[in-house]
Amino acid sequence: MADTAAEQHEEEVLTDQDIVTGAKEPKPKAGDVKAPELTGRIEIPKLEEGVMGWSKPHAAKPDTMEEMGFPPGLVDNWEEVAVKKLGELLEKYKSLQVYMDICVRCGSCTDKCQFFLGSRDPRNMPVARADLLRKVYKRYFTTEGKLFGKLAGAAKFDLALLGEWYSYFHQCSQCRRCSVFCPYGIDTAEISMAAREIMDQIGIGQKYVNTIIVKLHEIGNNLGMNPKALKATLESTEEDIEEEDGVPVKLPVDKVGAEVLLVTPSADFFASPHVESLIGYAKVFHQAGTDWTLSSTASEAGNFGMFIGNYDHMQRAAMRIRKAIEELKPKRLIVGECGHAWRIAYSFWNTIIGPLDGSVGLKLEYPRPQHICEFTKDLLDRGAIKLDKSANDEFVPTFHDSCNVARASRMGDLPGGQFEIPRALIKAACNRYVEMEEETIREKTFCCGGGGGLLSDEILDVRVQGAMPRMQAYQNVKESHGVNFLGLICAICKAQFTKVVPKYGVPMIEVGGVHQLIGRAIELGAKE
Amino acid sequence: MSGLSVFFLIYAYVALAVFIIGFLVRIWKYAVTPAPLKIPQTPAPVSGPGVLGRMILEVGIFKSLLKGNRITWLFGYVFHLGLLFALVKHYRFFFETSPGWLAYFTTFEMYAGLIMLGGLTMLFVLRLIVDRTAFISVMNDYILLLLLMAIASTGLLLKHYFRTNVTSVKEFMMGVVTFNPQDMPTEAFFIIHISLVFLLLIYFPFSKLMHSGGIFFSSTRNQIDNARDKYWKTPWAKSPESIDIPSNMTQDD
Ligand code: SF4
Ligand code: SF4
Ligand code: SF4
Repeated sequence: MADTAAEQHEEEVLTDQDIVTGAKEPKPKAGDVKAPELTGRIEIPKLEEGVMGWSKPHAAKPDTMEEMGFPPGLVDNWEEVAVKKLGELLEKYKSLQVYMDICVRCGSCTDKCQFFLGSRDPRNMPVARADLLRKVYKRYFTTEGKLFGKLAGAAKFDLALLGEWYSYFHQCSQCRRCSVFCPYGIDTAEISMAAREIMDQIGIGQKYVNTIIVKLHEIGNNLGMNPKALKATLESTEEDIEEEDGVPVKLPVDKVGAEVLLVTPSADFFASPHVESLIGYAKVFHQAGTDWTLSSTASEAGNFGMFIGNYDHMQRAAMRIRKAIEELKPKRLIVGECGHAWRIAYSFWNTIIGPLDGSVGLKLEYPRPQHICEFTKDLLDRGAIKLDKSANDEFVPTFHDSCNVARASRMGDLPGGQFEIPRALIKAACNRYVEMEEETIREKTFCCGGGGGLLSDEILDVRVQGAMPRMQAYQNVKESHGVNFLGLICAICKAQFTKVVPKYGVPMIEVGGVHQLIGRAIELGAKE
Repeated sequence: MSGLSVFFLIYAYVALAVFIIGFLVRIWKYAVTPAPLKIPQTPAPVSGPGVLGRMILEVGIFKSLLKGNRITWLFGYVFHLGLLFALVKHYRFFFETSPGWLAYFTTFEMYAGLIMLGGLTMLFVLRLIVDRTAFISVMNDYILLLLLMAIASTGLLLKHYFRTNVTSVKEFMMGVVTFNPQDMPTEAFFIIHISLVFLLLIYFPFSKLMHSGGIFFSSTRNQIDNARDKYWKTPWAKSPESIDIPSNMTQDD
């Protein structure tokens, strides 16, 4: 922590929790946050150790923590509790156990994290981040660490180290980019999830994520919108569509027996530009003649339980969807545009709330769940919907592969479908399409900088820094090809870019969903 | 039998026992720890043979490292290749007759130790001079490289300068593996070489060298991408039915 900050607070008595979470340190104002300069190339920076150590998210309030079953604040014997929890996680998660042991510190991942590239802080290099946990693992769980201590990279879990945990495990968006380049596939996302779980268990959680999880459990979505408010919003959106296009496109809710249940991030219900994608899905369903519904209680595809590495919360959040399937009895389950939500839906739902098969009434001939992009692509291939590309002529789009979709899930039947299908949709909806640099797309895509529970304003610096590589790549195609639309398939990406893009001097109208483009281009009305 | 031989016999058995048991204990641990969720790093193979192919590329050509850093890949690969050849060469100390395919290796034989030493030296230099790796390195990373370099150097010296009596080495080694102890050769470089090797064997299961076995248990690399098609169970999780969730139907509007 900076000396000046320490001096300022000389008189105040800081509790251990204050020290760890930086609770009494001044937080930057959103307006003061400056973006790193775009130099034309994504460069490996000169190291500036510790420059981002000050950045810490707000700590969750005691009642939030208690509602989640965590201690209200940092417990006195936290070292002991943390080590015990780590031991438990090592028994439960193969990934954690293996990844703790086998990193050889080859350095291949060191220049791959957007938060390192944007911040210059070497503690944001994936292996350095993982080492914060590995130090503790070595000290308490390995012979090597017990015998050789520091020489083997082991360290006592003290308050200073816990403070670093709180800073740097909240500068990881769990995007898995590092894993792509690691000879052993070491996934720092798994490690940061474990670290956050341990921090929650000793009483220091992150306010933004934990508050949202509590809201989701209580009300059914991250925005805390109750069923009544949700229905009102949807009705007014229906009116807007009808006014604009003159077609009665519906947004049905809680319709028992509808063919399709759509689960989408709640931001789609009224945030901008998210709602444009919701309108896009609705138009697709309308034009395809699909009988569909939303659920008022399973009104959230997002699931922040994953970000804090807590299986129980993730499972409980997802259970709302299973309940909705049982009650609304759809034949198909479709998920809207969202990165981490699609990872959880695609990779985890079958495990945590499944099996999602005939036993819950879903039809086996469709993917369970199916991504909205897969659904729309299929309709296009069958000619069931028509697009008028000229409706999007004002746009020269490019596509940002959301990392959770790119590296932790799939669309379609073939590996890599998650790259091709959204691109195919954009190309079907627009006359022009430009690709960003190869090193920044597909499996090598950079995170938007706001994933993994970082979408909170007191850590805007981190978010802006993390967005640097993507902004650089975007800026380059903007200059070379006049690109003016960043196509997205993630609610968090949309919120994040809307916020950080202006910091880089790009107007925010330029980001939007893939189904926003589809919604504009789709030809509504009678089919021949 | 000389005191030296007795000492080294004990050392040899301890080292081998620690290595074999230690290695197996670690691997056992990796094998039995559950993988609760499907986390293949996509795009991932959608079938078993596909995963096998992915593994072969990772182990055979260090594919991900090649993607990540060509220079580290080059020296890392060279070192491992040299190590492989050097290990194969040691065949003749353990067995009476050599199979025919070994002849292919003899072409590289002369260079194996040198290649290995060269790769290691470059890895050491890189670790020191690249600011990012220097930042993450701990003492044991350097010590391990130095240990391997010492083993390679003494091996080279033994082969080219202080020619040890191959037959007596062989007799000693055969004695060890057949539990029929023989006197050991007394050449200093041989003693240093073999002491370091035993030291490495003892350290092996407690160190990052476990990457050699651990890679096969890396969930991001060894899982099939079939989460939607195949039910994957978390052994320790609650059943979904036991979780109470508010109903869609009871909401009033
Ligand atoms: S690439 Fe993998 S093995 Fe190499 S330093 Fe990073 S995490 Fe460790
Ligand atoms: S943000 Fe992504 S690249 Fe950086 S450490 Fe976390 S998972 Fe790895
Ligand atoms: S918000 Fe988008 S880019 Fe960022 S972590 Fe999520 S999916 Fe990745």
